[in-house]
Amino acid sequence: MNVKHRAVKLSVHPSRGLVDEKFVIVVQSVPPGVQLTVHAFHRCEGGHGWEAFAHYVSDAHGSVNVSQHASMGGTYSGVEQMGLLWSLRPVPGTKPGLRLRKMNVQTPMEFTISVHLGYRTEGFMDQAALASQVVERWYMAPGVRRIPVTKDGLSATLFLPSGPGPFPAILDLWGDASQLVEYRAALLASHGFASLPLDYLTPKMSQDTSKMVDNSYFEKAFRFLQHHPQVLADRIAMLAISYGSSFMLKMLAYSDVVKPTCAVCINGTHMQPIIAKQEDLFAFYNHYSDKIQVNEKKQKIMKMMWLPITSDPTLKVDVGRVQCPLLLVVGEDDQSWPSSESAVDMKEMMKRAGNSHLLTILSYPNAGHLIEPPYSPHSKASSFRSISIQQKTLWGGQCVAHAYAQEDCWKKMLAFLHHHLYAAHYGPPASRLTAKF
Amino acid sequence: MAFNVKMMVMKRWLCTYVQVSMDVKHCAVKLSVHPCRGLVDEKFVVVVQNVPPGIQLTVHAFHRCEDGHGWEAFAHYVSDASGSVNVSRDASLGGTYSGVEQMGLLWSLRPVPGSKPGLRMRKMNVQTPMEFTISVHQGFRSEGFLDQVPLASQVVERWYMAPGVRRIPITQDDLSATLFLPSGPGPFPAILDLWGGSGQLVEYRAALLASHGFASLALDYLTPKITQETGKMVDDSYFEKAFGFLQQYPQVLTGRIAMLGLSFGCSVTLRIAAYSLVVKPTCAVCISGSHVQPIGAKQEDIFAFYDQYSDKIQVNEKNQAVMKMMLLPITSDPTLKVDVGRVQCPLLLVVGEDDQNWPVLESAQDMKEMMERAGNSHLLTILSYPDAGHLIEPPYAPHTQVSSFRSIGTRHKVTALWGGRSVAHAYAQEDSWKKMLAFFRHNLYAAP
Repeated sequence: MNVKHRAVKLSVHPSRGLVDEKFVIVVQSVPPGVQLTVHAFHRCEGGHGWEAFAHYVSDAHGSVNVSQHASMGGTYSGVEQMGLLWSLRPVPGTKPGLRLRKMNVQTPMEFTISVHLGYRTEGFMDQAALASQVVERWYMAPGVRRIPVTKDGLSATLFLPSGPGPFPAILDLWGDASQLVEYRAALLASHGFASLPLDYLTPKMSQDTSKMVDNSYFEKAFRFLQHHPQVLADRIAMLAISYGSSFMLKMLAYSDVVKPTCAVCINGTHMQPIIAKQEDLFAFYNHYSDKIQVNEKKQKIMKMMWLPITSDPTLKVDVGRVQCPLLLVVGEDDQSWPSSESAVDMKEMMKRAGNSHLLTILSYPNAGHLIEPPYSPHSKASSFRSISIQQKTLWGGQCVAHAYAQEDCWKKMLAFLHHHLYAAHYGPPASRLTAKF
Repeated sequence: MAFNVKMMVMKRWLCTYVQVSMDVKHCAVKLSVHPCRGLVDEKFVVVVQNVPPGIQLTVHAFHRCEDGHGWEAFAHYVSDASGSVNVSRDASLGGTYSGVEQMGLLWSLRPVPGSKPGLRMRKMNVQTPMEFTISVHQGFRSEGFLDQVPLASQVVERWYMAPGVRRIPITQDDLSATLFLPSGPGPFPAILDLWGGSGQLVEYRAALLASHGFASLALDYLTPKITQETGKMVDDSYFEKAFGFLQQYPQVLTGRIAMLGLSFGCSVTLRIAAYSLVVKPTCAVCISGSHVQPIGAKQEDIFAFYDQYSDKIQVNEKNQAVMKMMLLPITSDPTLKVDVGRVQCPLLLVVGEDDQNWPVLESAQDMKEMMERAGNSHLLTILSYPDAGHLIEPPYAPHTQVSSFRSIGTRHKVTALWGGRSVAHAYAQEDSWKKMLAFFRHNLYAAP
């Protein structure tokens, strides 16, 4: 059918949003019963193209609504409102091992959603679409302020929410990323939390002195937040993923200075030599590197290094000493860290210690290691440049389940943080009743 | 009075009149406006959380417009049992609006005290968003908002241009216009967009229409470059050129071009739709206009025609000009009104029944009768809004009841009474915009 002479209408609503908001894609004004492909394209900061696509048949009204109709195939199938984002993958011909991450959070990510005639799987850039729409997705809400922090030798960025404050705050620790990753903190600030992503592996002072930071660095960061005029000193949480969790759990259990109101740990482990400098920590992990398995795609399965979970108490954080609410997020198919096994072990330790009422575990079957904010493309394996090694690492996870995990745990994390940092502290105010007669 | 009734009365009275002085500041008050970025015709939800229950709060909106003036709106709320206020659900107890009004903080905006009179809020640079600061204050306040730190605030962006919309200045063939193309390869149906008697090239409505999938050409026909250079007003060939430009434009669907006029722009639209041999719009929308004009006259003569009735303008006790009287009663002389019986395309008239500037209600009535007699009234739809005024703008724009107006034709500067009551006018803007878009979609997209 010659659809071209018709004015095909594509709308994506909203066309501007935060990265964790949903949109509705609707195609209209096509003949009924026509095969169409809806396509998404994004060129990331590294210059690589990413795409996703899905096949639909227009209904009796001549329209397709991605949030209601089932995709018949493509990079996702079934009814998936946000599938065009989380199923994005590098375009054919791209070098392998890529991961989609926005480093400059002050500009939006731009996606082009388009609709094509017929069921297509390739060559989208070579032909004109029937219609297309540019969509902006932002990490920073209007009014959020980004403030680089370098005092006291810290390498960090403070994101303040819109408004005068003061605000509850979150100290945000990534994993072994080799640089300061800001996007999650920017998004948390867009939700009302002052957020400090902290570079603790490659901060300027380590680059200058070649020495890794020790616990006092984290304590300085925590105190920086406590003393900041726009932060509520008694409402500071910690959030960590992967390697950052190791530090966070250690501080929760042992630090006299770092006393967060609550903590969130994503795919981390409590296993580590307790009294050790950071350099020794790496040596400890490398000690077990011969246990790493390599699969048929030459991807390293790193979690084997730590399994089985040790029973030696000097080699794991005593989480029985944790005194604040703790949320563990676990991707059960995590292939790089023993998150599932560690969570089970931590739960048992806390039960024995009598503080398990503080613990909540969100466990997601078939989700992998890199649990990111919602709708980020699932990265099952990528080239991982640790500060000590470079390798192709299997993170794990099945796409659909991983996307669900990202969406669900983000919602629950925000609720957890909101509950402990905003709602919980409303106590009986000093009040004076003045009746007007 | 029975005891339980007395208790109810007491409780209600306490909620309304008891002033609870609480140190709310130690609670982290949470204000969210969702979405924080949107197009100007989209709604948002303003929610305040984490305050004590039953306390008085003021929600405030502030905007500094392009020419530097401050605009504000505010409303008084009492937090509910869960310690929150939801503006789309809870009733405002007073302020610049009352009752449940989800978007009241925008459409009830007014210049801050001390501003010069007669202002109108219009965004001229459509490539940047309008920024509003929504904030929440303790207690029922009605002034001094900028002098104190609010409990919380949130910046909100409102855009006329969706991502991917392109803005293209047009100067060929002596046209003074701006073309807005929707996101995508096209081709698109198009709209020729004509504003009213104060002239200038006003782009925001066309930008918004492009954000909804219509290539839109905002056309300056009263103060175009050619008029400024020659001193002569354009004639109908100018509109034919503009229409022809759209027809030839590669990203426009030739057979799907509509006309949209407001106020004096309706005079042009109706005349062209009825008489032009060249311009055949697919459909037409006329907002706040009239068909009364001398047929076959040049633009300058049309203004002179109106001017001859200027002694019929009434000036009220506030020195505001009620200009609709000039053209009332609607003439029965066929040479002085467009023969809308000749119109051959669907026509939508938008009427504010309290319009004090043009006799739109009476004109719409007369046009209906003419079309009924001619047998083409099946093409006509009238949207008529009680208590709406003349300046029916895209939704949530503040209602301008009065402003300074310098007509291009007469060159007099007056304080024009546009009319309308705020709430009803805001409703008319929201409802008519929705219906206009549906009318355009139906006639320009869906119809084969």
